[in-house]
Amino acid sequence: MTKIKLAVAAGSYCGGCDMSIVALNEMLIPLEDAIDLQFWQFAADFKLKDVEKLKDGEIDITLFDGPIRTSEHIKTAHLFRKKSKIMIAYGSCACFGGIPQLANSYSAKEILDENYVHGYNMDDSGQNHMQPTSEYKKGRKMTLPKLLDSCLPLDTEVEVDYFVPGCPPVPGQWETLLDIISKFIKTGELPPKGTVIAGNTALCEECGRTKPDEIVINKFVRPYEVDPDPEICLLAQGIICLGPATRSGCGAKCTLNANVPCRGCFGPAPEVNDAGIKMLSAIASIAGAKKEGELGEEGLKALMDQVVDPFGTFYRFAVPEIMKQMKMAKKQVKHVSSKSK
Amino acid sequence: MPSPENKKPKKRIGVFVCHCGKNIAETVDVERVAKTIKEEYPDVVFSTDNHYLCSEPGQKEIQDAIRGKNLESFICACCSPSMHEATFRSLAEKSGLNPYQVEIANIREQCSWVHSDIKEGTEKAIKIVGTKVEKVAENESLTPISVDVNKDCLVIGGGITGIQAALDLADAGYKVTIVERAPYIGGHMAQLSVTFPTLDCSQCILSPKTSAVAHHKNIELITTAEVVNVSGFVGNFSVDIKKTPRYVDSDLCNICGECEKACPVIVPSEYDGGIGPRKAIYLPFAQAVPSTYVLDADNCLGIHPLVCSKCKDVCEQNAINYDMQPEIITRTFGVIIVATGYDLYNINKIPEYAFGPDVDVIDSLQFERMLYVGGPTNGKVLRPSDHKKPETVVFVQCVGSRDPEHHMAYCSKICCTYTGKHAMLMKKKDPNAEVYVFYIDIRAAGRGYEEFIQRAQEMGVVYIRGKPSKIFRDGDKTKLWVANTLTGERLEVEADLVVLAPAIVPSKGTKELANVLKASLDEYGFYKESHMKLRPVESYIQGILIAGVALSPKDIPESVAQGSAAASKAMTILAKPKLEHEPIVATVNSEVCVGCKVCQGLCPYDALSFDNENNVSVVNEVLCEGCGTCVSACPTGALSLKNYSTDQLEKMIKAALRTETT
Repeated sequence: MTKIKLAVAAGSYCGGCDMSIVALNEMLIPLEDAIDLQFWQFAADFKLKDVEKLKDGEIDITLFDGPIRTSEHIKTAHLFRKKSKIMIAYGSCACFGGIPQLANSYSAKEILDENYVHGYNMDDSGQNHMQPTSEYKKGRKMTLPKLLDSCLPLDTEVEVDYFVPGCPPVPGQWETLLDIISKFIKTGELPPKGTVIAGNTALCEECGRTKPDEIVINKFVRPYEVDPDPEICLLAQGIICLGPATRSGCGAKCTLNANVPCRGCFGPAPEVNDAGIKMLSAIASIAGAKKEGELGEEGLKALMDQVVDPFGTFYRFAVPEIMKQMKMAKKQVKHVSSKSK
Repeated sequence: MPSPENKKPKKRIGVFVCHCGKNIAETVDVERVAKTIKEEYPDVVFSTDNHYLCSEPGQKEIQDAIRGKNLESFICACCSPSMHEATFRSLAEKSGLNPYQVEIANIREQCSWVHSDIKEGTEKAIKIVGTKVEKVAENESLTPISVDVNKDCLVIGGGITGIQAALDLADAGYKVTIVERAPYIGGHMAQLSVTFPTLDCSQCILSPKTSAVAHHKNIELITTAEVVNVSGFVGNFSVDIKKTPRYVDSDLCNICGECEKACPVIVPSEYDGGIGPRKAIYLPFAQAVPSTYVLDADNCLGIHPLVCSKCKDVCEQNAINYDMQPEIITRTFGVIIVATGYDLYNINKIPEYAFGPDVDVIDSLQFERMLYVGGPTNGKVLRPSDHKKPETVVFVQCVGSRDPEHHMAYCSKICCTYTGKHAMLMKKKDPNAEVYVFYIDIRAAGRGYEEFIQRAQEMGVVYIRGKPSKIFRDGDKTKLWVANTLTGERLEVEADLVVLAPAIVPSKGTKELANVLKASLDEYGFYKESHMKLRPVESYIQGILIAGVALSPKDIPESVAQGSAAASKAMTILAKPKLEHEPIVATVNSEVCVGCKVCQGLCPYDALSFDNENNVSVVNEVLCEGCGTCVSACPTGALSLKNYSTDQLEKMIKAALRTETT
């Protein structure tokens, strides 16, 4: 049996995805014989320059976690794409932008100013705090990568073959992933490009909560405000649960085991393009349903105003499709104009 | 945009752009639209412009192109689909195409009529047609869904409009059920003394009709009843009718009147506008239909033999039964006609007119009852305060009408003429009486109406143009302050009796009934017709027809005409052996549906149900109206609307948002 060459690369990551690999425990044992690790900074001291020395396509599989947040991430993404046969977006951040994409509401300058110029922990305000270049040894300078104006998923930068969503992905997905890897080693066969390694339905299929005949929300509540009935559908209890628009495959851990609503980390369900807008549309439909006349425009507005932080609620893990398209279009324009110069 | 040469059409689409005379061609360069669309969309294999697509030569051109160019679908860029969609769909069918392979691009109402610049208009027209090209490319061929028709008709409201509709239908052989909220039919017309402009006795022309209703073998009359629930669709409405008890068995009652004599309770009679008395068990007028007493449970001492059983004791027929219970009658009807009529505007909302505090200020219906020979005053006009003959009588028009700032903005239409009638009758009864009419404008349109007003003036009725600012009691007189807007004078008029002509408003409960029917109301609460000119008695919901004052204020001839119109419209539905239901309905992809039930409470037509065994939503195609409410709510993307798929809509939006071609 030949070993396959694996790399784990990262964008703006928190380490949770890497932890999810470590946490596979005994599932890792068979991997040892099958895998020749090329890069994984989280686990060992690999250097990017080692990767640069590899031939193009020498790495069989790269798992890339974290979104593209800085100029460094762009470089890393392109480097690994070049050196790998298969590029897998691993985790919600690489797949859809993840939690870091919430910062897309602000430009890079706004973010930097908030943290380093006007930040409350800054003893001395002013631009002086932002010094991307510093001397760390005599004559040796180190320059921080540039913070981009957007925070987008991996596939906006390079071609991605497969997606493994989850914040972080769960062992169940690794079973599928290992099957794919072992089949690849044996036969060289691969699933169709773009396959999402997770469930093939929306989350409700996995969540066994009982649903009433009709789901209508007349008052929105947040999980901390109530003690939700663990048997009944959370939406029916007025708690915004993104389950119906979210892909299954996580085993409904949050809704079943933790009694908290689905926050959408597995990304849009198979037939859904933009889960946030779908769920927003669903919530707007069931809020005050059949009472529209009684509530009137004002009443309905007051009811919808009960939804705290709509953007963070509906788009917690995935950059809105429209924003993704717009940012990409903008990037393209920049690209073209800089070329023409 | 790929050029047409290097791409084979997926579907052979034809585009026909209509000039509509100058209606479209004035602000849209139709030739350019036809040319550009063909250049930009490889699927468009033929495009042309035509002066009038809807004309016979226009239709012939389409037909020839379908055959000559082997078109698989086509687009007519013309007026609104509500005008000619049916025309072109049936043309498609005749030419061997599926009618759902036809799309209308509305470049008239939504483009040429709202633009003045030809460049902008043309650009927009191209985009509109482009969206339809994208849509029709993905259109499925559909077959209408065939459903059975229930041949019975429900008429809600037993006033003259409802009566006319019911009689027409019944005479044509259809079974009709009239549901009336009051204990008797006849509505407001039964309260009138005489009708304008002929001054024939209202009851005399109404009672042959009410009597015909009572004896018609095809008419069933359910009084003291209201429609509380309607489900289903045209041809198959399931209706729940709540009947409150009469407490008098109509089969046994022989209207001997003993019960009424025995009843100790006296209350104001609604029929007499509150100026006459009635008992708690009563028959409001001799010709009342159904001809049977009714017990008014709200005013009866207790519908309990231990409290008072005087009426039951004297009833030889044993017709009175205190134990009657409300019942819900469920029936199926093919068509529903709504003729719920009107009420008078609540004059208490105009405190400056002292209606209530001053008993000598009355409304026009009360005056009508005074004029009626069989009424509470036996046809004499008397001041309610002292029962004396009034020497000065003042009529005030537009009480609550034509007052957009404070009350109703619309004209109640009939008040000018009936006030003329009232003033004329007053003058007839007492030629020495001083009769004044205060008006804003006289609007007496209708055959003989203007002459009628002139007759009143010739009889000595004084018309003063001006609306009173204040009406108040001063000693034993009622005073009015008013400015004569023709002379500019300020007047103070002393009157013995003031008669107000209140605005006509939708009858009480119209809003509740409209909710049950899911019919739309206008800003004042009147029902809305689906097209003011071309569909005057149809609501937006197929199979629900509206007639008479429920739509807007009308006089008797118009109401009767609308009753007949609704009946004939109803027959066009009832006469069909089967109805065809639009096949543009929602469908569930059961592979994708996860049974989240978000859609379940949303369908306004009750077309959604749940299959517990397979844990998926199910659409009843026959009930579905294709509104798309469930589709937009479905968070999993399992629901879609036929020929309006997400894919189609996305492509249409892209076509609409594309950048300018010039």
